[in-house]
Amino acid sequence: MKRRDFVGLTGLAAGALWLPSVPGFGGTLVDPARLLEPGLDVAVKKRLADAALNAAKAAGASYADVRIGRYLNQSVFTREKQVQNIASGESFGAGIRVIANGTWGFASTNQVTEAGMAKAAQLAVQIAKANAKVQKEPVKLAPQKGFGEVSWKTPIQVNAFEVPVKDKVDLLLAANAKALENGATFVNSALFQINEQKYFASTDGSYIDQDIHRIWPNFSVTAIDRASGKFRTREALSSPMGLGYEYMQPKAQDKIAGPAGTGLVGYKYSYDMLEDATLAAKQAKEKLTAKSVVPGKYDLVLDPNHLGLTIHESIGHATELDRVLGYEANYAGTSFATLEWKAKNLPYGSKQVNIIADKTQPGSLGAVGFDDEGVQTGQWDIIKDGKLVDYQKIRDQAHIVGQNKSDGCCYSQSWQDVQFQRMANISLKPGTEKMSVDDMISKVDKGIYIAGRGSFSIDQQRYNSQFGGTVFYAIEKGKIAGMIEDVAYQTNTVEFWNSCAAVCDQSDYRLFGSFFDGKGQPSQVSAVSHGSSTTRFNSVNVINTARKIG
Amino acid sequence: MAILSQTEAQGILQKVLSFSKADECEATLNGQTGGNVRSARNAISTSGGVDNVSLTVESRFGKRSGVATCNQFDDATLRSCVQRAEEIARLAPESPEYMPLLGPQKYLTSANSFAKATADITPDYRAAQVGASMKLCDEKKLTSAAFLNDAAGFVAKRNSKGLEAYQQTSGLEFSITVRTPDGTGSGYATADYNDASKFDARRLTQIAADKASGSRNAQALEPGKYTVILEPAALVANSDASLMQALMSALDARNADEGRSFLSKKGGGNRKGEKLFDERVTIYSDPLNPEIADLTFSGDGRPQQKITWIEKGVVKNLYTSRYWAQKAGIPDVPRPGGWIMEGGSQSTADLIKGTAKGILVTRLWYIRPVDPQTLLYTGLTRDGTFYIENGKIKFPVKNFRFNESPIIMLNNLEAIGKPVRVNGNLVPPLKIRDFTFTSLSDAV
Repeated sequence: MKRRDFVGLTGLAAGALWLPSVPGFGGTLVDPARLLEPGLDVAVKKRLADAALNAAKAAGASYADVRIGRYLNQSVFTREKQVQNIASGESFGAGIRVIANGTWGFASTNQVTEAGMAKAAQLAVQIAKANAKVQKEPVKLAPQKGFGEVSWKTPIQVNAFEVPVKDKVDLLLAANAKALENGATFVNSALFQINEQKYFASTDGSYIDQDIHRIWPNFSVTAIDRASGKFRTREALSSPMGLGYEYMQPKAQDKIAGPAGTGLVGYKYSYDMLEDATLAAKQAKEKLTAKSVVPGKYDLVLDPNHLGLTIHESIGHATELDRVLGYEANYAGTSFATLEWKAKNLPYGSKQVNIIADKTQPGSLGAVGFDDEGVQTGQWDIIKDGKLVDYQKIRDQAHIVGQNKSDGCCYSQSWQDVQFQRMANISLKPGTEKMSVDDMISKVDKGIYIAGRGSFSIDQQRYNSQFGGTVFYAIEKGKIAGMIEDVAYQTNTVEFWNSCAAVCDQSDYRLFGSFFDGKGQPSQVSAVSHGSSTTRFNSVNVINTARKIG
Repeated sequence: MAILSQTEAQGILQKVLSFSKADECEATLNGQTGGNVRSARNAISTSGGVDNVSLTVESRFGKRSGVATCNQFDDATLRSCVQRAEEIARLAPESPEYMPLLGPQKYLTSANSFAKATADITPDYRAAQVGASMKLCDEKKLTSAAFLNDAAGFVAKRNSKGLEAYQQTSGLEFSITVRTPDGTGSGYATADYNDASKFDARRLTQIAADKASGSRNAQALEPGKYTVILEPAALVANSDASLMQALMSALDARNADEGRSFLSKKGGGNRKGEKLFDERVTIYSDPLNPEIADLTFSGDGRPQQKITWIEKGVVKNLYTSRYWAQKAGIPDVPRPGGWIMEGGSQSTADLIKGTAKGILVTRLWYIRPVDPQTLLYTGLTRDGTFYIENGKIKFPVKNFRFNESPIIMLNNLEAIGKPVRVNGNLVPPLKIRDFTFTSLSDAV
């Protein structure tokens, strides 16, 4: 089963019943209670890690790191009034990465014993030496001091695995009931929870123990008009977050009203699934009769839960240094924002566009204390006053752009996959002037307000993109003028960000998230957040996506 | 360890069933051994190996089901895995879509799904193939990024109702993107096989290299409706969504009956039996086809057989879950593995010769659904897009974004070429009129 099929909820209905395992979310299926059992003691992990590091050095490695990982997950799937699947997974093992003869080697094992670790370390060195024969340049690592024995935890309030499965099922079925009461023909809902218990050690002298949590509630509501055969869906306006189960417990202070006339609510650090499911059903029905958009140029007002994906695709991926250098050319592609392009100092966006890369923001999916090669995380500028000022890097790339420090962007989806460069949280800074979404809309003469993620597609160098959304509203003479449908905007990245005219203030700021961002061959997933406030873009090309088939 | 014989595998499964105390129990063994090499900038970037056998046990008490997995096969581990599945089943809610496990089934015997040459692949073989590919690019002063992935394995299944299945499979896939050093040209080639002895990385690299060199300094054409020749890799992708796979994935009876598919009928029911495509469109599956030999049983144990999905433009069959087949009273047809679109004898080169004006598309990329109601998809051309005039490639053109539905596309059919294998399917190049390009992309 492919990752995209897994993420698409409606396609999942029958096929996911008793699904034995899902790539990127698998592991050995276990009893939910197993997820609460402690992993290995830190002292034991240190001894095992040292066995691997010593074996690697003895075999000829000039550098080695080891990741002992226990990856826990749980997913709950429901549709309408029934549970489709509840799966709890555990995956435990170790990955060992080495440099020998100037070349990387990697091996992994689920035999987490001193002997098993040493054997894997030796295999990694053997692979490195074999690959070295066809390697042209030795790996150059940015220097990294050892941190000794340290630890870091996602600052959660409620461990989702401590919440009984029944409570989660009850919540999803209650959300389904709200949707059905309010006119939905079908509803699928799901809750994904992840806990990464990662221990990292390296020959630099770091022994880092981390406990990382993520959660994602989601649903898809379908409304059908049997007579016309028309159907429309409305997806949840939740975000995947780096939080515990407290995200599922709605709090008034985390809600921010959407534009007047839409009934929409934006969610910050907690989510009201019942409220959103209720509105979703009403909106799915409303979509059946909403006017079809007239194609043309519109000023777009984009909600953070929509804009996050546009940031992800057109800035997040475009500024990953491995893509810029050609390492992803055969799959995800390269980037227009090459070193030569950056040297020209051309505007990436308007002066309003200030983009921060961050690996520390509380509640975000990308927040960790240290990355998967032992680099302490931080925050840095990617775009400042509209100009590209930096990329996202890991240790073996920094020297290529004349730097001697990694940004802490190294990640692997599990102990058995090799770590490589993955996206940090990439976020748009809020505007400095006081501005609410209604203030922003009041100044738009002819525009469209878009909330939620929809269809998204961008080329392999991140120039041309097309984005849909979950809900669309016409803006006429400063006011919301009803729901519209069949909207997608087509843009060129640089033109789009240069058309950025205004950004709402901090009070509107929220995180969008991508829970299963795919990259690499074989493909690995990672999770990343994108924060922004509602933002205005002037004169963007909007197409009508309605078609007729026989 | 990874490829157990039928006797070894069924021996383990028999033991598993003997430990079961559940009303029903089904056990499945999956084994795989293989490896991959990834390269970029004409150097190996990462490599990895896979060697694993895993057991999945599903236990059922009444309508409650639990699943557990393990990857060690001593008695204690097997017993504990069965116990875990039973504990999970006892905790699970009753499934309103419960179907009893299948009894004994008759499966076709496949002679081609497994090839020893693929199972015998070594790290040296991978390095040699990728090395030859990189050497060719070095010689031509081109830059490549490639991925070679192979695996051989088996699936064995047994349940308490008497079902027994076993089959060996193997596969190799390779893809390569070659770029010119100035970044103005890019070409792509891909291939996949059951039998690795058919594979030649250098031959595929040559195709991608020619496209890269030939696509330098592309000219811009106005977006609009064009006659296109879509090469097989533009119709089906090995690593992304695709127009033809989107169509085949939409042949689900339940979605159609529930009213949320292009195959849903106004007022209820589905459009099976209606002519929805050009009459030259015939698509079927055949797990014994030697070019794309596949498993002869589905994940839930149903036999995979030769079946026609679309015949002369008419929708003939929809696939379904066992539950939905029973509830709706329709034929119980599992979702297929690969599929075959019937074609003619013309190669892509022949199709080009017969084209007065058109655009040759090597590959489509980042394909995403826009409207499930009409199966409208968007995406972009990539890695080799060329203008054709009077039967010849005239010049490379800049990449386009398209917004198109495979339903409309298969009604605007001009010509069908000879099918070739892509991602386990047999796909012909198609010549299509009025294919909708909606904007230009600067991407190379």
